[in-house]
Amino acid sequence: MMDVAARPAEAEPDLSAIAAEAAGEHAVGRPAVYVYEAPVRICHWVNAFTIIMLMVTGYLIGTPLPSVEGEASANFVMGYIRFAHFAAGQVLAVFFLARILWAFVGNHHSRQIFYLPVHRKHFWKEVLHEIRWYAFLEREPKMYVGHNPLARTAMFTGFTLFVAFMIVTGFALYSEGAGIDSWQHKLFGWVFAIWPNSQDVHTWHHLGMWALVVFVMVHIYAAVREDVMSRQSIISSMISGERQFRD
Amino acid sequence: MGAATETFYSVIRRQGITRRSFHKFCSLTATSLGLGPLAASRIANALETKPRVPVIWMHGLECTCCSESFIRSAHPLVKDAVLSMISLDYDDTIMAAAGHQAEAILEETRAKHKGQYILAVEGNPPLNEGGMFCIDGGKPFVEKLKMMAEDAMAIIAWGACASWGCVQAAKPNPTQATPIDKVIPNKPIIKVPGCPPIAEVMTGTVTFITTFGKLPELDRQGRPKMFYSQRIHDKCYRRSHFDAGQFVEEWDDEAARKGYCLYKMGCKGPTTYNACSTVRWNGGVSFPIQSGHGCIGCSEDGFWDKGSFYDRLTNIKQFGIEKNADQIGMVAAGAVGAAVAAHAAVTAVKRLAGKRKDAHRTS
Repeated sequence: MMDVAARPAEAEPDLSAIAAEAAGEHAVGRPAVYVYEAPVRICHWVNAFTIIMLMVTGYLIGTPLPSVEGEASANFVMGYIRFAHFAAGQVLAVFFLARILWAFVGNHHSRQIFYLPVHRKHFWKEVLHEIRWYAFLEREPKMYVGHNPLARTAMFTGFTLFVAFMIVTGFALYSEGAGIDSWQHKLFGWVFAIWPNSQDVHTWHHLGMWALVVFVMVHIYAAVREDVMSRQSIISSMISGERQFRD
Repeated sequence: MGAATETFYSVIRRQGITRRSFHKFCSLTATSLGLGPLAASRIANALETKPRVPVIWMHGLECTCCSESFIRSAHPLVKDAVLSMISLDYDDTIMAAAGHQAEAILEETRAKHKGQYILAVEGNPPLNEGGMFCIDGGKPFVEKLKMMAEDAMAIIAWGACASWGCVQAAKPNPTQATPIDKVIPNKPIIKVPGCPPIAEVMTGTVTFITTFGKLPELDRQGRPKMFYSQRIHDKCYRRSHFDAGQFVEEWDDEAARKGYCLYKMGCKGPTTYNACSTVRWNGGVSFPIQSGHGCIGCSEDGFWDKGSFYDRLTNIKQFGIEKNADQIGMVAAGAVGAAVAAHAAVTAVKRLAGKRKDAHRTS
């Protein structure tokens, strides 16, 4: 996930002591803060792999491979691609739900990506600061143990909202095949009240895929960049769960 | 057109049809509606005892393709539907009466069968300029529609026009043609979309209402579930080629001759709810896909505004020029990719410059 830095944020007084030490020049050794609990990390990587799988198979459903030779009874190319898409989609949905549940029981970092404190002026000020940092207008980034406000906004929009949209429209589209008596139709059939022609739902689902492609690109770039540029671990944190401070 | 107190059975007996034929008809109708074995006798009982339902058939902005389709129904024959099962009191296109004589029937039906008649509407009313784009009997059609809808038991919206708007409501819709359910909000409306709907679907819907005295079960969009709950794609006889990954790549290629799936040729079967692939057309002879052409999705909302009938992906017009989701997505991804690369380059340059400065400062 797009964790960008680790200097104490105001909202995290309990960690400020450790992080202050980490950020201070007298830090001895390499202190670490435990940020991402195991369920968060598992969800992250399952989501990552299913989303890649869904993008590839989804693209191939919209733009199928060249026709295969032979009898129809001897081939099942489109069938397998669609199966992989549906299976990955349901795995993603289950892990997305699990991730929401974990937000209730996990540490306070696990809740960050599910809401934005938009009513707080301070939040927007810090978002602006981060934008200025990415626009090379600030010399130093502020440091956060969890997500910085800009990263949090990106995660909330690019991951939580987009993936929720894809799950909802995805199940609605799946319900077309499952039939109007299926639980998928009962739960998600309302999507067709918004777009009566399922062609529109397909188009939105397709655009959602590209929105996620853009998000993934920015997400990976920001993670790699911060890993290199800032003074704490980003990528390995999503494996070990610990935020390492390098200086 | 006959007193409405007559039953269907008494009418056809008078026409010389035997009781045996009557029961055959009931069985066939039950079968075509997909009902169970007991339904045939229930239909027979209903047609013997219930008074025929008066039907008012009105025409707004339309091309009469619904009527053309309707009169070609094979199961049941439209002759039976129009002359026997229902009491078609008014249909300005096919009725013998004309002028004031015809218009008088509307008032008469409204008074005599208040809350009991079915209003079947073919086409839709244009609302722009006070409805002046469709004048019917000297008045805007929308006024006539509202007047007759007031006392109707239910409304059947025939075809894509009445259900969704169809071609006259396609962008930019200069006459502001509006589907029935947007004009009449307070009556049960059965949408029977299609351009035109399948004849058997039309007569099947009418038969259901006259037989059971109630509306068929409708889906979320207000369409009868028995005909519109599945997509063309779900029951398409070329579906096995879709699952196998065998597609027509261009018209008249080898795959087209072999009857492969028309998905890549823009077939709208996967997004179109209709009974074409099961009931088929012209008495079950064929349907578009069987004739080698993809489905154009004529029973779907706004099917004129979704780009070419021959493209797989829908055009999105909001972007000024017509682009599909892939084109837009690839441009967006490319732009962001370029931005990321540029940002990375600037970062690297800044970093090197910063290091040199730091090195300079410490030395």
